[in-house]
Amino acid sequence: MDVFSLAAETLVTPIVLSFVLGLFAALVRSDLSIPEAIAKGMSLYLLFAIGFKGGVSLADHGIDLTLGLTLLTGVILSAAIPLIAYVVLRTLSRLRALDAAAVAGHYGSISIVTFVAASSVLESQGIAYDGYMVAVAAAMEAPAILSALWLVTRSKGGGKMEPGLWREIMLNGSIVLLIGSFLIGMITGEEGLKEIAPLVIAPFKGVLCLFLLDMGIIAGRGLRKGRGVLDAGALAFGIIMPLLGSLLGLGAAFMLGLSLGSALLLMVLSASASYIAVPAAMRVALPEANPSIYLTLSLGVTFPFNLVIGIPLYLALASAVIGG
Amino acid sequence: MQTHKAKRVVITIEKIMLSRLTNAIEKADVSGYSILPVFGGSGRSGSWTREDNLGRGDGMVQVICIIKPERLDTLLDSAFEVVDRHIGVVTITDCEVLRAERF
Repeated sequence: MDVFSLAAETLVTPIVLSFVLGLFAALVRSDLSIPEAIAKGMSLYLLFAIGFKGGVSLADHGIDLTLGLTLLTGVILSAAIPLIAYVVLRTLSRLRALDAAAVAGHYGSISIVTFVAASSVLESQGIAYDGYMVAVAAAMEAPAILSALWLVTRSKGGGKMEPGLWREIMLNGSIVLLIGSFLIGMITGEEGLKEIAPLVIAPFKGVLCLFLLDMGIIAGRGLRKGRGVLDAGALAFGIIMPLLGSLLGLGAAFMLGLSLGSALLLMVLSASASYIAVPAAMRVALPEANPSIYLTLSLGVTFPFNLVIGIPLYLALASAVIGG
Repeated sequence: MQTHKAKRVVITIEKIMLSRLTNAIEKADVSGYSILPVFGGSGRSGSWTREDNLGRGDGMVQVICIIKPERLDTLLDSAFEVVDRHIGVVTITDCEVLRAERF
């Protein structure tokens, strides 16, 4: 399948179009909005469902060496990508070292929504992936934060990793729910899934559509407000970095011998940027960094790029390299 | 009715810093405070509303303490250690309370 037909197939889906609708509504200043509590509820539902299904899948296939190696690779990618991102960003833009380090941390970490959207594309294309990729996603959240703080300490100091912050990052609600539901899925297996399938399977795509509608609105508002914050180089970074990250993910997946579906997910994890866990950590550890810069880049530029163009492009690349 | 002089300290701070601030306030032996959500606003980083928030650390809250005037410096020293580097506003106003023994 060529990249264009794949892109056309994955673009014209309710999921992507819902996101585009949200983006459009925000850009034309419509008052369309999803109430905060409903958005929070949908986010909890999606995390639980994706974690649970991942755990069930692992229970089916069992634990092997590839799982451990993929987890380790995820941690290494998460720690290493900020170092590359920092160099690229400093080369392309005129951002301060502090802001560049904060942005770099976001790109080493992951966007679970992009991951969910990619897994949904795989399911609609009938491409299998390993359930443990959910655990890899969780493992890739935090190492990037340490790399970002190291970059700041190295350049001029100021980044501080207090013990309380470390606990907050590792035990933040999203990680606890994702890993917790993954373990529940792993322990209860197919039997457990049968019991709650009407909740975790049937409504999943519909809820994802509504959630992405909300993400589109938030991304559009962020883009509108952050328009003057980013120079052309920083904007280019928001597109170039996910491409670089996806290639790193593809290389790692190839060396690990991952299946096509898992390779795509590792690419997406490497290409995506955090907009929930890392911004919170940065506000505590690097309060002098400008949040408008890193939020606009990760949520307003890279997230839409990955969702609309990135995922089909990465899938085409992975199909060419890995086959399947 | 008899009233007593007190200080009303209002600290507007990022939600992510809330537990650190309340710990600092308690460290200063101030056990009474109220926390209010902030629905939105505008500042040096631009405007925002709660509906734009994605994460647990987004948004701002207000912590309000009413204390005896002689305890003000201790509270401010302790709170300032937390808010020093962060976005936020600290205001202090004179107020009067009815039951002085409660503050």
